[in-house]
Amino acid sequence: MRAFAYERPAHLDEAVALLADHGPEARLLAGGTDLIIRIRDGSIRPRTVVDVKGIAEIDGEIRDLDGHLTIGARAVMTAIAADERIRRDHQALAEAALVVGAVQIRNRATLAGNICNASPAADTVPALLVYGAQVVVVGPGGIRRIAIDDLLVRSGVTTLAPGELVTAIELPLPPTPRGSVHVRRTRRRSHDLASVTLACAVDADGTTRIAYGSLGPRPLLVVDETGVLADPESSDAAREARLADLFIDAAPSPRSMRASPEYRLAMLRVLALRALGMARERLGTRGAPA
Amino acid sequence: MTAESRSIEVTVNGRGRTIDVLAHHTLLEVLRDDLGLTGTKECCLVGECGACTVLVDDVSVDSCLMLGVEADGASITTVEGLAVGERLHPLQQAFLDTGAAQCGFCIPGQLVSAAALLAETPHPTRAEIEEGLAGNLCRCAGYEQIIEAVALAANRGTSAAVARPVPVGVDVASTPDANVAPQ
Repeated sequence: MRAFAYERPAHLDEAVALLADHGPEARLLAGGTDLIIRIRDGSIRPRTVVDVKGIAEIDGEIRDLDGHLTIGARAVMTAIAADERIRRDHQALAEAALVVGAVQIRNRATLAGNICNASPAADTVPALLVYGAQVVVVGPGGIRRIAIDDLLVRSGVTTLAPGELVTAIELPLPPTPRGSVHVRRTRRRSHDLASVTLACAVDADGTTRIAYGSLGPRPLLVVDETGVLADPESSDAAREARLADLFIDAAPSPRSMRASPEYRLAMLRVLALRALGMARERLGTRGAPA
Repeated sequence: MTAESRSIEVTVNGRGRTIDVLAHHTLLEVLRDDLGLTGTKECCLVGECGACTVLVDDVSVDSCLMLGVEADGASITTVEGLAVGERLHPLQQAFLDTGAAQCGFCIPGQLVSAAALLAETPHPTRAEIEEGLAGNLCRCAGYEQIIEAVALAANRGTSAAVARPVPVGVDVASTPDANVAPQ
């Protein structure tokens, strides 16, 4: 692997200064499960790698704070999948974290890293979109919060400013009872990038949120406020028509080896219907039928 | 650019060490090339095959995707740390008994992943074994025997699979690696 300098700042201000000094020559290291692969294959050539794991202000804890759950930027997929609060209130995120890579990857890979890589196929991102997650970042301009939907641009590109790094992810607690689920389509069960990765959340007030990835340059969120998707009395035809309207921006690449655009679009519809059924069922078992 | 060297303190298979490692060298390179522990295998180098699996503070990781410098202060268990002297680790014995090793190249990683699984789940279901070993590929496709071996080791009640971490600084430098792993 090409040589680089390794920095392990002890505090956030040092990390921000390092990023400011080195600009695009610096790369942040959290779990390393994407970064090290990309350095080794030469697709990125950082002169400096800045390890966030020594930063005192950043941890991997998951905390209840003021009506939301705060996930530290060092939290790994294994911890997120196992957290009882996430499994209860943000079940799609726990399920998505549990299908990333395999055990060894989940023990290192962080949620923050999954977000910042901005892969169109990132499994945790659709769940973060349906839950309206906020990403807490610190940079030369201080602290700010960015809605996950406003952070993602396209593969590998986010709206993070130079010198900014993610310190935590905030998940609002559901204001009304909610059923949610993550589903995906892969060629094999473990260690595969998704051909379709999708999260669905149905609220007791009839609002349905669906976010899907791997069908375009970035994962997309769509919201149904008509109630057609959430209503158990809706016909399949009505639901399919509504989904067709909502998925108008799905634009899978024709160049991907993993699956053809036709297949992905067909599976998007199938998975969305399946996820809707599961999310409605989970909402129902919470004693608050829509 | 010139390669940067750093001093790290690690405990490897119970033995405390202070070593200089290059910043861009992976833990896999440190184990194999600097420490001569070649039981951990280099294979895909993209975190898909699991041949390089080791335990870092009892947690299984792909050592090809972790820098050596990141291991500073950690306790590492490699496949060499499983046996106690001449006595095989129960998982190793079970792999022998079921004929789980064919070419053998993936087996160190399979053993380490299995040890991590049994430490957490002493009596796994078949599905739990499959999930626990999903990050370890066997190109001989000997999966049935490998799963059988893990189930056999679990049935024999040998879940105390992994050496407990020894804090860095504890003087175990005089102890040979092979004599300090599992109790």
